[in-house]
Amino acid sequence: MTEVSVAVKPRRAVPEPARGGHRSTKRSRREARAAYLFLAPWFVGLLVITIGPIFASLYLSFTDYSLLEEAKWIGFDNYIKMFTEDDRFLNSLQVTTVYVIVSVPLQLAFALALALVLDRGLRGLSFYRSIFYLPSLLGGSVAIAILWRKVFGADGLVNAVLAMFGIEGPGWVGHPDYALGTLILLHVWTFGAPMIIFLAGLRQIPSSYYEAASVDGAGKWRQFRSITIPLLTPIIFFNLVLELIKSFQSFTQAFIVSGGKGGPADSTLFYTLYLYLEGFKNYDMGYAAAMAWVLLLIIAGLTGVNFLASKYWVFYGDTK
Amino acid sequence: MATPSRPVPVLFRPFRGGRVAKHILLIGFGLVMLYPLLWMISSSLKPEELIFREPGLLPSQITFENYTEGWYALKHPFGYYLWNSAVVTAISVVANLVACSLAAYAFARLNFPLKKFWFAIMLGTIMLPHHVTIVPQYIMFSELGLINTIWPLVMPKILATDAFFIFLMVQFIRTLPRELDEAAEIDGAGYWRIYIRVVMPLCMPALATTAIFTFIWTWNDFLSQLLYLNNPDNFTVPVALRTFLDASSDSSWGPMFAMSIIALGPIFGFFLAGQKYLIRGVATTGLK
Repeated sequence: MTEVSVAVKPRRAVPEPARGGHRSTKRSRREARAAYLFLAPWFVGLLVITIGPIFASLYLSFTDYSLLEEAKWIGFDNYIKMFTEDDRFLNSLQVTTVYVIVSVPLQLAFALALALVLDRGLRGLSFYRSIFYLPSLLGGSVAIAILWRKVFGADGLVNAVLAMFGIEGPGWVGHPDYALGTLILLHVWTFGAPMIIFLAGLRQIPSSYYEAASVDGAGKWRQFRSITIPLLTPIIFFNLVLELIKSFQSFTQAFIVSGGKGGPADSTLFYTLYLYLEGFKNYDMGYAAAMAWVLLLIIAGLTGVNFLASKYWVFYGDTK
Repeated sequence: MATPSRPVPVLFRPFRGGRVAKHILLIGFGLVMLYPLLWMISSSLKPEELIFREPGLLPSQITFENYTEGWYALKHPFGYYLWNSAVVTAISVVANLVACSLAAYAFARLNFPLKKFWFAIMLGTIMLPHHVTIVPQYIMFSELGLINTIWPLVMPKILATDAFFIFLMVQFIRTLPRELDEAAEIDGAGYWRIYIRVVMPLCMPALATTAIFTFIWTWNDFLSQLLYLNNPDNFTVPVALRTFLDASSDSSWGPMFAMSIIALGPIFGFFLAGQKYLIRGVATTGLK
């Protein structure tokens, strides 16, 4: 890549305006060549790691393929099977949907509530912020999932605490009715990251708005409803889109907490976990690819709907 | 005899009630949040049979047995897996820093045909679910005979597929004054030299954010390591921890907790050291 820098020809015999003026085609060609060199690793990655596999995955989704034999074209069979015969697939879709619908709003509610409490020059802000943020960093790790499994185990921490009050709790992670709940809690536990985004958003709201409102006699609640929330809607929207996409793809926690099986009784069989099991345990890679494409369409659809709906509730202000 | 406590100076009074209550609530809530973590630390220091009899934090008996037992519980001593993880993570960090910053410089500073198009593609790949590509990627790496090597784990980083960091750096470079580039150019510096001597040194905050997040994500990453590393000789920490679950029934929680804490240690260290960059990174880009 050094040849880029070596080519230092006297290229500016006549001083030209810094920008906006005409540029010699020679110079712009040189610039383009340099740009493509800088982008070379990314281009290769885009082709080999991203775009290529996306289309390969699309092709595989119409085949029966097990890594050992040639891929056999079977048309839409994988997709048809998914939605008509495969109860586990439909179940995994349902489990994931419940997980997303419950955990994301809860998590964001906690994030927003804590951000509001921490806002406005509370002493020790950075200390609290760090404490609440720490779980977000650790939450995706295997170690925390292991901890979770034990905290909510039959003889785990939660039941030990309950026992002090004379309550005998069930084995939360081992019970089909509660296992998903423990994973939802784990997701809510990581509210720190959206909280920090909310805090940054709150700081953007000029305090003069609040001063003006209180001069007009608006109470705290009124200020919250008429200033804070509307001005924060873009941030809420941003967090919502991000968390929806992310939580739909949750994998590690369900894998570890259920011992890699999605149990008990498939109650924690997340979509991506089922995809993993089909593709890399059953080696039904065509089917897994089809599931991956359905996932892509679901996430794209969800995000699209989100953007469309945002017109009705997200307030972008009149500053522009 | 204790005299009745002196009245609080009037000056301080109006603040106190509400504020103190708020702090007590926040500390209480923080304690509940961190309780599982603290409990894990304390449990790792307790003899096995006490772990589930004492939900409290202070062990009545302290022992490091869990650590020694856990360290040697798997095929290799745990340090072996830590080293494997460290290698993957270190290469990933360096690769992301170099590859993403190269691309970011081009997007932020250079003009080239179809720039807008490629930039849009780059943004599009940020949100792409990883699962759409894993099946063909797995097939590709397996055809190349690279299963059970670190290549499937680091190759995507070397090829700048973590587009989020490109975006982060583009945003950062755009805030740097262009006059600096132009001054260097007049002094005869080429693009490469401008990139390395002018732009990169000014990019340190963005580079730090990238490094820290790459570290944490790679260290925590489970799915790809689970997919590509099946041989215990190549295991990294997350996959090794997971075999604890398989190998042991519910009897050896003490050693498992001990090793989990060791696994979380580096993240915690980076968290303490890099808080500023972490928080700024999250606040400005929405990284998790």
